[in-house]
Amino acid sequence: MTLSEVTNIAGTAGNFQVTVKEAPRYVDVDKCIACGACTEKCPKKVDSEYNAGTGKRKAIYVKYAQAVPLKYQIDPEACIWLKKPGACGFCQTVCDAGAINFNDTEKIHEINVGAVVLAPGFESFDPKEAKVWGYGIQPNVITAMQLERYLSASGPTEGHLVRPSDHKAVNKVAFLQCVGSRDENLCGNGYCSSVCCMYAIKEAVIAKDHVPGLSATIFYMDMRTHGKEFERYLERAKSDSGVRFVRCRVNGVETEGNTDDLRIRYINEQGRQVEEFFDMVVLSVGLQTPKSVLALAETAGIQMTADKFAATSDFAPVQTSREGIFTCGAFAGPKDIPQSVVEGSAAAAAVADLLAPARHQLSTAATFPTEKDISNEEPRVGVFICHCGSNIASVVDVAKVEEYAATLPYVTYVERNLFSCSQDTQDMIVKRIQEQNLNRIVIAACTPRTHEPLFRETLKAAGLNEYLVEMANIRNHNSWVHSKDPVHATAKAKDLVRMAAAKVTYCTALKPISVPITQKGLVIGGGVAGMTAALNLAEQGFEVHLVERTDTLGGNALFLKHTWSGEHIPTQVKKLIEKVMANDKVIVHKESEISKVEGFVGNFETTIKGGDGSTQVIAHGIGIIATGAGIMSPHEYCYQTSKRVVTSVEFDRLHELKEKHVRSAKNFVFIQCVGSREGDAMYCSKVCCTHSVQSAIEVKEEDPSRNVYILYRDMRTYGQREKLYRQARQMGIIFINYELHGKPQVIDKGEMLEVMVHDHILHRPLKIEADIVILATAIQPRSDAKDLANLFKVPVDGDGFFLEAHAKLRPVDFSTDGMFVAGLAHYPKPIEESVAQALAAAARAATLLSKNEVSLDAIKASVDAEFCDGCALCLDVCPFHAITLVTKEVDGKVGRLINVNKAKCKGCGLCQGTCPKRGVYVGGFTMQQISSQIEAALAV
Amino acid sequence: MLDNKKVGSVMIVGGGVTGMQSALDLADSGYYVYLVEKSGAIGGAMAQLDKTFPTNDCSM
Repeated sequence: MTLSEVTNIAGTAGNFQVTVKEAPRYVDVDKCIACGACTEKCPKKVDSEYNAGTGKRKAIYVKYAQAVPLKYQIDPEACIWLKKPGACGFCQTVCDAGAINFNDTEKIHEINVGAVVLAPGFESFDPKEAKVWGYGIQPNVITAMQLERYLSASGPTEGHLVRPSDHKAVNKVAFLQCVGSRDENLCGNGYCSSVCCMYAIKEAVIAKDHVPGLSATIFYMDMRTHGKEFERYLERAKSDSGVRFVRCRVNGVETEGNTDDLRIRYINEQGRQVEEFFDMVVLSVGLQTPKSVLALAETAGIQMTADKFAATSDFAPVQTSREGIFTCGAFAGPKDIPQSVVEGSAAAAAVADLLAPARHQLSTAATFPTEKDISNEEPRVGVFICHCGSNIASVVDVAKVEEYAATLPYVTYVERNLFSCSQDTQDMIVKRIQEQNLNRIVIAACTPRTHEPLFRETLKAAGLNEYLVEMANIRNHNSWVHSKDPVHATAKAKDLVRMAAAKVTYCTALKPISVPITQKGLVIGGGVAGMTAALNLAEQGFEVHLVERTDTLGGNALFLKHTWSGEHIPTQVKKLIEKVMANDKVIVHKESEISKVEGFVGNFETTIKGGDGSTQVIAHGIGIIATGAGIMSPHEYCYQTSKRVVTSVEFDRLHELKEKHVRSAKNFVFIQCVGSREGDAMYCSKVCCTHSVQSAIEVKEEDPSRNVYILYRDMRTYGQREKLYRQARQMGIIFINYELHGKPQVIDKGEMLEVMVHDHILHRPLKIEADIVILATAIQPRSDAKDLANLFKVPVDGDGFFLEAHAKLRPVDFSTDGMFVAGLAHYPKPIEESVAQALAAAARAATLLSKNEVSLDAIKASVDAEFCDGCALCLDVCPFHAITLVTKEVDGKVGRLINVNKAKCKGCGLCQGTCPKRGVYVGGFTMQQISSQIEAALAV
Repeated sequence: MLDNKKVGSVMIVGGGVTGMQSALDLADSGYYVYLVEKSGAIGGAMAQLDKTFPTNDCSM
């Protein structure tokens, strides 16, 4: 439902009545075929929201080229007709589809749902109000989103980086970080937006790629590249791309005389104030909750945080304060794409937990008429030639192609359509198939990549097997690329239709493969992530085996006291363990490890070995790896020799036990990044800055006369955690920045420790006398992660953490179907992120477990037993290990042939290309089909 | 039975990358989903990005 907003949510969890207001689009989506004729004629231009104001759009427009739905809309604020009926109306005149409806009105929908998920997102901070950056006055000061559009091939300058003021090439660009973030004076947004460091580095790198020799400088306070692979990107930006980083918050941008150049004053690393000139200044604007979303939160009746994000618990990160209403994405705190996608899935898991009894209640599988058996029929090919408005018909002589198609072998019916893809034409094609008794179809139109699924559905609706259709791409491959040569384009259209008709003649009905699913889960690792995933699946109604290596559930959380927001971890973990133990659908295997894995998605058989040596085979449909991580043991800062040097986790324990050295200590020094962000461990452990700041606050609160120092490289209290950093500074905790080349030194003086560090603000070395030194040690991947990875055939990354299928879009899936990852096994992260990831893994797993079988595409390799002699050449080339060798017995003689596992086969065709005997073929692409198509191509 | 009153449909408010992921997962696991989007097309902020960090993949 587009152009729609929620105006009321009545009812309770499981049964809400939601009122949705749908604004008029003024374009009938059933008729609009997105030809674009309207936009071309529309005389009214306004700023494009999609291009962040860098370009223009018309009053009738489509949001962006790849928009879904790809349907035009009229902006009532800009449209001349809607402001003054009768004044313009060009779009209505040119629309062949008759889709323009100026009389469209607002609609109110009352919808009954079991749960509501709020994912309304964020807006970028608008830097116009605070005039210090010159934004809105000086055209060469732009926001990062605007730069994003300038760098994009689909943007206003097609990816060329020029100055907006004079279109001169940009040679020198500056990025100013924390504009609208970590700033209570100018904008009131005290929190860190969590994403700007990353996008600024990326934009600087991409801009340098676009403009050779471009100088790019990023002015920052702390570089917060705390995510997976982020630190390496930062280092590459410095070393390979040559992006310059200057640690200084810039407080203003000025113009230089009458030029369009921009002046920035800053303090350099030597402590001197300098001024520098730039062609362009990019403001790394923060994320904030828009007013309209605050109104939505009020409508929904949910609590918000002081930073104006949806309030959640760290152990239920997608649950709002109102039962049955969930949240995810940047609405629940500023976050990046992977974390947003994780939360999207996590919200799905939370909903499925609530609505488990109502699963499949309203969702229905589409029904189709019984498929007609055409195997004994003579081919009767129907050819449908699409005009695509004027896209094809203005270049190709479609009438001639129609005439020609009718002369081809087996073609019994030909027709032309203005738009073959429109709904009315679809219905018409179904009618023609039935009337004319057609059993093979050629659609001469656009690309099968976008439209083949649609036409397959059309065939199904007509009672034909969906694989009896072939598309001839006479638009993308023809009218678009040969628009200036209509004669040859028409000839090529005929060739393409002839080839498609020849191939479709040999098409046969193919049956999609179904693989049954064992509706049980296996979760490996009994920490917070593993328990959360197992419990959610169990509450969704699936049986789950939870395998834990030790004799205790709880994992690393057993060593922790408080989450960043102050929730007591032991209490929550205890509750979680109790719930797991009480749920009879969770079968817990303690002191157990995985020793053998067989099978594939839906059908795994895993052997677990108990502490007593006994083994057990578990059949399961999906697997979730949540094996956690370890803590690194430091070899520096006198850790091995002095009892006064401890790790963060050890310190928490001593502090809790009121150990005498800690209790009587006056001087505390925290050292950050011990074992992280250097050498082989070029990643940030993500949680240590927040942990140290929290511990520092505690010891300072106990006795304000204590001296507490935190020696850090970049303070990474990202998101709303910034509050803790602010509080710590207000309390008088002293933060001293050090660089990797000048690491602190700890000298053991017996009764106390001496810590030497170079202070970058005072520009001199400091000596601190410390009673206790606390090391923020790195989180390390488990050393046996690789063994488990090998068993399940899933990958680990260079650091040793499990590697997801796609960093952004499939953050909890493995590339191996049916396997998922959650928690520290994936990358260091705080508890709330582990919980979200665990829920996400459960949601993704449930998409499989909720089905009885998984349906796979019918384009698969098959053996021709008559020709296959078991030479096994195809075994080596198959990238999916889908082919095995078996024995066969013919007339009493034992021979060999291959067997294809259809669940593993992806239909790539390498086996068919390799086979010297034609003993294997791929359905839909048989040798006969391909050769008939080639012969047709050559026959003129 | 209280559970019988539960409705097997869900409304997702927001058609960005987060809302879309939630909608897909719920639809794929047996729930009827209403995806409500304020603007004329889904896609959200990610559709505006040129490339993404840290892989430099195209956002589309």
